[in-house]
Amino acid sequence: MNEQTGTPGTNRMTYREACRQAIRHALIDDSRTFLMGEDVGLYGGCYAVSKGLLQEFGPGRIRDTPLAEAAFVGAGIGAAMAGMRPIVEIMTCNFSLLALDQIMNNAATIPHMSGGQFAVPLVIRMATGGGRQLAAQHSHSLEGWFAHIPGLKVLVPGTIEDARFMLKAALADPNPVLIFEHIVLYNEEGELDPEVEEVDIAKARVRRPGSDVSILTYGNSLPKSLEAAEELAKEGMEAEVVDLRVLRPLDNATIFDSVSRTRRCVIVDEGWKSGSISAEIAARLAEDVFFELDAPIRRVCSREVPVPYAAHMEEAALPQVGQIVEAARGLVGAR
Amino acid sequence: MTDAEIRQLAAELLSDIAPETDPSSLPGDRDIREELDIDSMDFLNFIVALAKRTGLAIPEEDYPRLFTMDGIAAYVGEKS
Amino acid sequence: MMPSLGADMESGKLVKWLVEPGSTVKKGDVIAVVETHKGAFEIDIFQEGTIAELCAKEGEELPVGALLARIGAPGEKPAKAEPAPPTVEEKPAPPPPAVEPPAPPAEKPEPTGSKAVPAKAPAGRAGRAKISPVARRRAGELGIDPAALEGTGIDGSVTLVDVELAASRSRPAERPGPTSSEKRRAGFDPDQMRQAIAAAMSKSKREIPHYYLSTTIDMTRALGWLEAYNRERPPEKRLLPAVLLLRATALALKAHPQFNGFWEDGSFHPGEGIHVGWAIALRGGGLIAPAIRDVDMLSPGGLMEALRDLVGRARAGGIKGSEMMDPTVTITSLGDRGAESVLGVIYPPQVAILGFGKVVERPWVVDGKIVARPLVAASLAADHRASDGHAGGLFLSAIDRHLQEPETL
Repeated sequence: MNEQTGTPGTNRMTYREACRQAIRHALIDDSRTFLMGEDVGLYGGCYAVSKGLLQEFGPGRIRDTPLAEAAFVGAGIGAAMAGMRPIVEIMTCNFSLLALDQIMNNAATIPHMSGGQFAVPLVIRMATGGGRQLAAQHSHSLEGWFAHIPGLKVLVPGTIEDARFMLKAALADPNPVLIFEHIVLYNEEGELDPEVEEVDIAKARVRRPGSDVSILTYGNSLPKSLEAAEELAKEGMEAEVVDLRVLRPLDNATIFDSVSRTRRCVIVDEGWKSGSISAEIAARLAEDVFFELDAPIRRVCSREVPVPYAAHMEEAALPQVGQIVEAARGLVGAR
Repeated sequence: MTDAEIRQLAAELLSDIAPETDPSSLPGDRDIREELDIDSMDFLNFIVALAKRTGLAIPEEDYPRLFTMDGIAAYVGEKS
Repeated sequence: MMPSLGADMESGKLVKWLVEPGSTVKKGDVIAVVETHKGAFEIDIFQEGTIAELCAKEGEELPVGALLARIGAPGEKPAKAEPAPPTVEEKPAPPPPAVEPPAPPAEKPEPTGSKAVPAKAPAGRAGRAKISPVARRRAGELGIDPAALEGTGIDGSVTLVDVELAASRSRPAERPGPTSSEKRRAGFDPDQMRQAIAAAMSKSKREIPHYYLSTTIDMTRALGWLEAYNRERPPEKRLLPAVLLLRATALALKAHPQFNGFWEDGSFHPGEGIHVGWAIALRGGGLIAPAIRDVDMLSPGGLMEALRDLVGRARAGGIKGSEMMDPTVTITSLGDRGAESVLGVIYPPQVAILGFGKVVERPWVVDGKIVARPLVAASLAADHRASDGHAGGLFLSAIDRHLQEPETL
């Protein structure tokens, strides 16, 4: 495979490559689009997502920024308000905290506060998650947190197809859209369906149909959940795995439909349990699907500690396949 | 009232009380309370309705004469 | 709120609204018809006011405790209120503040002394069955008591499959049911009523420690008085012996209040008023025991009217919801064609049920001589948590004494 251009006809690629192709095609298709962030140009991106793009598109459209999140996110907001279609890359969501005021108080609110006179068609991409021993300050999963804020859309591509095509839909959206790419997923490899040329950024999707329990999840917890489903199938329990894909706005219809059918639910979320997106989903299920439930709702989340550095401790702190299996199994009880 | 008319009236009133039964097909000498499964309240309601329709006083001591269709026909025929 | 019209009721179907937003209602007005597996009931209202909003739709199946309508102060315009989510509770709890009109708690739309126990959270009750929401709902539809089942779910909870299995086991395999026209004439579904009775009676036997006492009552004086009374009156004004039994029991209860009320949350709560549930056998099978209110305050003539009205409406499916919730005690009388004695099963959460058999002529001893007397066997089945045999014996004696003085009834 040609990593610079992505040889036509080759559908097998990594998640990282899918992200890169997404940016590449966005720049090719729309001259208002450009990429800006730390180390995106000369370095080729902290996770090598933008490798080769500076050479292809030049410094005007692949812009290295200073180490100043608040400033370059603010600039991105301004560019979007002025009619550009910037893709702002924040190296990881951990650093987005430095630009939180810009994201929450400007990007999310300017369309509202200007009475619609200004749109903010901004896309912010961030790497997220733990599992690479980057320790407490660099292993957060904050997508659930951002999903609390009205005015933003929050996407969590968990498949290579979504990594490849969600960006296009995000750029077409007149609202600020945050895309969270899990660091562990970058190396995932898979086959793209040649028939698929675009995806929506509104619906959750059933990745594996089942009848006994719904596992609702996203991001890097998706492959773990699918693995857990295979384990459960050996025990005669058919789990339905739902990839949430969008955390704000949550796709109630798909979620409620799934849990209404299976009547049992495990939510897997790499955020910490308290006040997480899994709590929001559990609350919605209790509000709207209560009378269909045959068992309490269970959640598998990160342990409520700052993410440890030591490999075995980090593994113990993050959600794992065994925990998902255990949670689902426990819901059915004796048969 | 003729015998037939009395029986028809009684059957009609009893149908109101026991709608799923067919009082007109009852053998004349059977106890209607047993056959139609009607209790003392039902029977009293029947007496009230019968009294109203026939204009008869029907004192309590005459009730036993009204436990069968034959008895009802005889009683009402005699008194009216 | 959807009332609980029986110890085992979990849900009901709102068949028809009889009011609309803007209608003025006063206490006792019938506002809707609700269907349960026991049949159709009229729901009457306990408050005065103006209907603000009808929250439930006709044809909708709702759990006990679900919001049916909002009532504003009299004359208040129906406003657009935010919907409150329906809640399922084991027993109807007092309505949330949003539903209550600006009236003191005494105006709660739950009848006095019934299953609504104000402000008592059931949290921490030991031994409370765990039942999943869908299992509870399905059990309600099937007329099964889910608390009676063995749970195979998490923490021993009763799950949907447990309920379905229990239902399929208790259902007879192939049995030609009544034809639909027979069912319609009966005004209710006999199968479902059977299930409902099964559920209530099972719960009673499971939870209430019954004790039984009986006595034989000489009815000579009572029946003699009745005969004289009836002789002077046209048929529509005559009394049945049941009237005397009801009155005698009600008056005896005034002196023995521990048999008139409810056992709830571990203690006895006396009924507010003596409202006697009168067991009525329905044609086509089925049993219902709605209340005649304030029996101690009714004249014999008034009581006969009430009885006739109640029995008529029971057979036609016109019993009001409040009448199902009201009884503070129950009487079952087998009348003149049943057995000589009956030992009843208490309707939870009541604490007593009186049974009267048929009046029979038997030898009796008066002044050392054997004479034929009309006798009736009177029995008391009572909740041993609320009363003891000694008190029960005194209570039965009191009924006997009242029946010996029929002119005072």
